[in-house]
Amino acid sequence: MNLQDYSVSRSSKAARVAAILAAIALLALIAAPWWAGRADMRLMGELFLYLSLATLWNLMAGYAGLVSVGQQAYVGFGGYMLFALTMLGGLHPLAAIAAAGVLGALISIPVAVLIFRLRGAYFAIGTWVIAEVFRLSFAQITALGGGSGSSLPVAIVKSLASGRAMREALSYWLALGAAALVVTAVYLFLRSRQGLALTAIRDNELAAGSLGIDIWRTKFIVYVVTSAFTAMIGALIFLQKLRISPDAAFSVNDWTAFVIFIVVIGGIGTIEGPIIGTLVFFALRETLADLGTTYLIVLGVVAIVVMLRAPKGIWGLVRSRYDLQLFPLGYRVKHIGQSKEN
Amino acid sequence: MPDPILQTRGLNSHYGDFQALYDVELDVGEGEVLAIIGANGAGKTTLMRSITGLMTNGPGQIHYRGQDISRLRADEVAELGLAMVPEGRQLFPSLSVKENLMIGAQVGRTGPWDMQAVYDLFPILEERKDQASTSLSGGQQQMVAIGRALMANPDLILFDEISLGLAPIIIKDIYEALPGIIGEGMSAIIVEQDITKALSVSSRVYCLQEGRVSLESASDTVSREDISRAYFGIE
Amino acid sequence: MEWLNAIVQGTLLGGLYALFAAGLSLIFGVMRLVNIAHGDLIVLAAYLGLTVTTATGMHPMAAVVIVVPAMALIGYALQRGLLNQTLGDDILPPLLVTFGLSVIIQNGLLEVYTADPQTLNAGALETASVAVGGVALGILPLLTFGIAIAVIWGLQWTFYHTALGRAFRAVSDNQDIAQLMGLNRRHIFGLAMALALGVTAIAGILLGIRTSFDPSIGGGRLIFGFEAVIIGGLGNLWGTLVGGVILGVAQTIGAKIDPGWQVLAGHIAFLVILAVRPNGLFPRISG
Repeated sequence: MNLQDYSVSRSSKAARVAAILAAIALLALIAAPWWAGRADMRLMGELFLYLSLATLWNLMAGYAGLVSVGQQAYVGFGGYMLFALTMLGGLHPLAAIAAAGVLGALISIPVAVLIFRLRGAYFAIGTWVIAEVFRLSFAQITALGGGSGSSLPVAIVKSLASGRAMREALSYWLALGAAALVVTAVYLFLRSRQGLALTAIRDNELAAGSLGIDIWRTKFIVYVVTSAFTAMIGALIFLQKLRISPDAAFSVNDWTAFVIFIVVIGGIGTIEGPIIGTLVFFALRETLADLGTTYLIVLGVVAIVVMLRAPKGIWGLVRSRYDLQLFPLGYRVKHIGQSKEN
Repeated sequence: MPDPILQTRGLNSHYGDFQALYDVELDVGEGEVLAIIGANGAGKTTLMRSITGLMTNGPGQIHYRGQDISRLRADEVAELGLAMVPEGRQLFPSLSVKENLMIGAQVGRTGPWDMQAVYDLFPILEERKDQASTSLSGGQQQMVAIGRALMANPDLILFDEISLGLAPIIIKDIYEALPGIIGEGMSAIIVEQDITKALSVSSRVYCLQEGRVSLESASDTVSREDISRAYFGIE
Repeated sequence: MEWLNAIVQGTLLGGLYALFAAGLSLIFGVMRLVNIAHGDLIVLAAYLGLTVTTATGMHPMAAVVIVVPAMALIGYALQRGLLNQTLGDDILPPLLVTFGLSVIIQNGLLEVYTADPQTLNAGALETASVAVGGVALGILPLLTFGIAIAVIWGLQWTFYHTALGRAFRAVSDNQDIAQLMGLNRRHIFGLAMALALGVTAIAGILLGIRTSFDPSIGGGRLIFGFEAVIIGGLGNLWGTLVGGVILGVAQTIGAKIDPGWQVLAGHIAFLVILAVRPNGLFPRISG
């Protein structure tokens, strides 16, 4: 057994093929306004925003061990910031979306300091309390419509682009861009030193701590960055909807339950998981949505079965069968040349 | 040798990918006291966990009075009359001394051992019965752990490292009490690092080395050389 | 006088929150499980009460004799059939499975009972009150508070003076060694969940008499119960009563200032205590 017989590399043939296919798909998706119908574009826009939320939640829960059931806090916060900054602050919607991200990061700092005192499952419920505090607080602000909410004035909508087709295309591109940005950012982050620290913490918090990794700080950074992105996605979601109310903005079902199901079904703790989960979720929704509550029950049952029988989700099953990795994070050792001993 | 109360045949145990026991073959006769010796990490505690059902074993690897117990849960094994004094005592910290003893009787087997019999054996425990088990000294905690196992009125009792971490004077006391305990027709396995002590109370001895049985002998005839060879693997 | 009234009413309301919290605290104490579906199970109990009272014409308080065993049975089955499979070192499976369960129960209730708000009709009990020193005390809130004290005392007694409680503590301390003592932890956990949901059944019935309910309110009840547990300190049953009372008083005082502030004031009180005393007021176990 010689060391020269082995090579260590991050890349693999499957990953290179996937990268090329992804680039082609991205180009086709950018061109969607020229080939897709309005309804399809709306659906795809929504899909991209859910993909972003799922990727962000997965970064927290699947990598940083921060299981939140309160991400609707930042979705709603971002949505409300879009409305507040454009209606009351006179900002351009695009500037407001960026500002929503910054403000989301700022408000998440004191929140993190407080709820990081809770561990594990209690942390999860703590995040939910925060989301409720946000919902009840925004319901008190009469300038934003109080409990009944408000609509985005036509003048602000028009400031985005005068023509309807152009507005819809822009809104679609923003969603696509957000998804591409979030997936790429999370991927690059996980490949970085910080990402490596995160994986170490997930695998063994005690050992990681003794290796000098500042666990609190690493988790804190993940929480703040995730919150910022989630707030921006929230702003985009309500730019699509054009109407906001406390119950819609801070809905635990819409912005957390569905997102959790997407990640669990696709495969938690993998980058591919949320992508597959989002596709499965929308396929299920488009075919079963007529069933109403039954659809949600089915979704809950599927998520439970997946969690118990295949905890790494659909992607986990695929990967264990075919040893695939489309977003190569780890290094793999390959055997080249003929082996004599083995 | 009388009919075995316990037999292992081809016992293999794993922690994930790591194999801790290899084809262990062991017999404990009815009423016999067996000693198991071996260095740290030789697999002694793993063997105890396998026998008591705390680890999952392959089928057919462990027989108790002719019955295959290898796939039973620990509580089912306990009900058959197998009790253990675990390494490091492991009392229940939220239970008082008396409650720790009472929980030993949970399996509901009858026999010579009850609360009074344990108090007669270790009078200090009666004085301390309402204290938290964590407030006791190491030796007293070991008495509780032994009493707790006896309360189950077992037919086979396993002692895992009873002298570990105790003062020599206390070890001496406990070993003096042992014949009175085992004398009631019980069989016993004593896992021990102190080879002299182990040999003094047992009739036969097994030595484990890196998960394998490296020696099996009568306790009174085994030589020092045999033991050090089996213990350290020195040829 | 109005403020005194708010404090007294809040204290009595705290009894209900303590009942929400007691079940949550119990199962956390025994098996370190946090059940996200706890609030939905409270609502399920209220609906079971509704079905029993409409089918038999029983008074809702009497329906307890049917709903408590029914919920206990559901609890045992749920634990053995599903939740036991989620226990281990990883916190994700129990969290996500109970979250899925929450969605299933909520939508199942929607399917069966629709989204229309319901109440349990307790007749004169709902409005009866006694005047004590100028403050009108509702009989129902008084009764609720008394039941909360009795339930917590009963749980405490079970925990420290019965063989079952001994088994709960032993399994909570060390699952392996408890198993060696002949305790099947899966069965013990089932019994703990049965007991917890029995308490939940009482909470659900009292909730249903006090206010109207619909399938969507479970999350809010979970949060109130959770806040009471954390304020009181993890693993302390009497602490949940103190936590419930603090939460209740904060809410009634908040409502006194502005009706829209009721629930928000409770959350703020919780966050303040979390900031000042992260382990709660009377912690027993570290989370």
